[in-house]
Amino acid sequence: MTGIALVRWGLVLLLANAVVSPAIAQEIVTKFTTPSSVADTRLVIRSTTDTVIFTPLLKAFVARYPNVELQYEQWGSNDLYNDSRRVCDGQGASADVVISSGVHQMVDLVNRACANAYRSALTAQLPAQRMWRDELWGITREAAVIIYNKSLVFADDVPLTRFALLDLMRRSPDDYRGKIATYDIEASGLGFLFAFMDSQQATTFGGLLEAFARVDAVATCCSAEIIASVESGRYKIAYNVLGSYVSTVPHANIGVIHPQDYTMFLSRALMIPKAAPQKETAAAFLDFLLSAEGRALLAGAELIQQSDNDETARSNSTDRYIPIDPTLLVAMDHHRRNRFFAEWRDSFSIQTR
Amino acid sequence: MDKLLGNGMAGDLAGKRSLLTRVMGGVLSLLAMGGIVITIAAFAYGRNAARQSFDRILLGAANDISESITILEGAPIADIPVSAFGLLGLAQDDRIYYSVQGADGTVLTGYDGTIEKGALRGNLTEPTFYDGKMQKEPARFVTVARLFSERNFSGAVYVTVGHTIRARNAMALELTKGAVVVTGIGGLALLLGAFWVIRSSMKPLETLTRDLSERDPYDLTPMSAEGPAEVAVMVHALNRFMHRLDRQVEAMKHLISDTAHQLRTPVAAIRAQAELAIEDDAARRLQRLERLAKRTRSLGTLLDQMLSRALVMHRTDNAPPVLIDLRDIALHIFEQNDHELLSPETEVNLSIGDLAVPVLADEISLVEAVKNMLANAIRHGVSPVVLGVSQDQGHGMIWVQDQGNGPPPEVMNTIGQRFERSAASKGDSAGLGLSIVYAVANAFAGKVLMQQADTGFRVTLMLPLQQKGTGL
Repeated sequence: MTGIALVRWGLVLLLANAVVSPAIAQEIVTKFTTPSSVADTRLVIRSTTDTVIFTPLLKAFVARYPNVELQYEQWGSNDLYNDSRRVCDGQGASADVVISSGVHQMVDLVNRACANAYRSALTAQLPAQRMWRDELWGITREAAVIIYNKSLVFADDVPLTRFALLDLMRRSPDDYRGKIATYDIEASGLGFLFAFMDSQQATTFGGLLEAFARVDAVATCCSAEIIASVESGRYKIAYNVLGSYVSTVPHANIGVIHPQDYTMFLSRALMIPKAAPQKETAAAFLDFLLSAEGRALLAGAELIQQSDNDETARSNSTDRYIPIDPTLLVAMDHHRRNRFFAEWRDSFSIQTR
Repeated sequence: MDKLLGNGMAGDLAGKRSLLTRVMGGVLSLLAMGGIVITIAAFAYGRNAARQSFDRILLGAANDISESITILEGAPIADIPVSAFGLLGLAQDDRIYYSVQGADGTVLTGYDGTIEKGALRGNLTEPTFYDGKMQKEPARFVTVARLFSERNFSGAVYVTVGHTIRARNAMALELTKGAVVVTGIGGLALLLGAFWVIRSSMKPLETLTRDLSERDPYDLTPMSAEGPAEVAVMVHALNRFMHRLDRQVEAMKHLISDTAHQLRTPVAAIRAQAELAIEDDAARRLQRLERLAKRTRSLGTLLDQMLSRALVMHRTDNAPPVLIDLRDIALHIFEQNDHELLSPETEVNLSIGDLAVPVLADEISLVEAVKNMLANAIRHGVSPVVLGVSQDQGHGMIWVQDQGNGPPPEVMNTIGQRFERSAASKGDSAGLGLSIVYAVANAFAGKVLMQQADTGFRVTLMLPLQQKGTGL
């Protein structure tokens, strides 16, 4: 990384992209270049991942490819999906790479023939459940965890499983009333996906929803906000938080639980839109992420988490992957979503921002 | 000259494809055509199989979805089961289309767009499969209808499920590949088998070819006629031809040795007489000259006979036999009147009947033979001589009879052989003449009879009588 400096390293807040979508737009745009050379290729990445988390990786990429000027746009998952749909229909400028944690939305985009196929020795090494049609690739491996405030939850009460969480809420509802948070699934594609997968995984989900309703659990937005609130003590426990966000920055006061009944693992999905202007560079970026160097950087950013971690004391048989395949399309079904949302709304008092 | 010819032939042979090559070429092209046909058939079969199996998956998914539809507050609501998409996911890399539509075509849930509206309408009782496109990619769809008769909702809900056809094509290709591999192995085995069978059945031909090419051009011995009928026929014909060649070569050899043998003595005698005539005094010279003339005449006769024998031998081998009336031969010889020249004092009579005596023979050979018989009778027999034609028990007979007692017994024993030293040394050979008769009799499946009767000595040439009216 020596000799690399960022020319325009900083957060540029854009309020709107006037041409494409006046109402919704990317939140943050960051540009990465290598100062010593003149960039002749501009690679646009639209992603749901926080820029800060991805920065080391993006820096390493432009160091490897000095002729590339990398534009990293951070989006919300639902906005990114809608934008990609519009681009797919031929409206607006296409990104070269789209990365989203809303894997079901990505599967839907691929199913709508919005993606470009690519195949290399590195993509071929991916397991089948992390790849679909050579158009969608799962580049990370992140656990959905339960976090709790160490000073507010007694050591004996720490729920190591969903059943324990359920029991805890039944046993002492008053202690946790309004103190349990999870993603607002209507606002967050990732939150919806986690909840939806939970509903398929086990019958616990019905019980959980019921218990959430009894303790007036809060559905709110955004990983960073939830984590900060747990640390500050506003919430005691947060359910289904993306583990990578918790681990990136050390939080002394936060305990992380990989639920022992099962732990869900998410692979952020990457696709190269069919209208991408720089398909070759985009493919090079994908290969870079899948290469040993890229994987090491992702692991450094906690985006690839190994499950055989002694600390978490889980057996691999409890790992559940969110497979990148067409079954996720069910999560996009209009009726199914409406029904799911209806059940959800019944349980939660939606926390409006 | 021989060498040049041989080289030329070898060059021609090298340019020609062997029978095995031709047949194998034919078999190969037949198999290749069969292979192409089978490949096409296998592909058609594979496509059909893939279509059927994946159509079932489609139908299963459609039924799954259709089962999940319930009427909630007067509106059909689908609770899309994950298993339906799991089913569709069996076609691993195929994109999926699904759509639940009301009777009026409004999309209740699922994708809108690419759908053939026509398939939806009408009285849909059976699932309808159809081909279409999904975002420009060929795809296959099925539509099933579910009819509701609830208090607050009545009518049909249509479920359409489709997917792209990558997996189908892959499966069809896989099946085709399998079939082609098996066919290929089978074809190879067939080819090897065919090669083996053809080779072994052509073995006799090969052997024949090798034998022929290795054979000394002067070797005229028969070849072994083993092998299949076709080869046996060929070998047989070849052997017949070689046999004839052999006979002619043999005849030529005989002619030369006979000529040498028979001419040596009389020529030596003539030379002796001539030398004596030169040395003798004038009074006896005339007598010597007369002897010389007699010897010379006799030599002429001998030469005549030898040449005519050579002619007969040649003709019997080369001229095809034709139908001849023996009376014509007798008449012809009688009218030629050669005997008048030979021996004017001898009386010659002709004895022929009214009926034709047809035989199969060569006219020239026959005339030579009969002339010799007649000449013998005139020379050695007792006048009058009768030249006659008759028939008896399926044989046509031409005979010469004189009033004498025939040749002495020791001559009779050796008669008919190629030559007789004694006769030759005397200078006027009867044996040579008779050997011609024998040769003619042999050539036309006849025989020679010599009979001593009360009326005299008769030499008969018997030939098989041909049926009357066969072309005479």
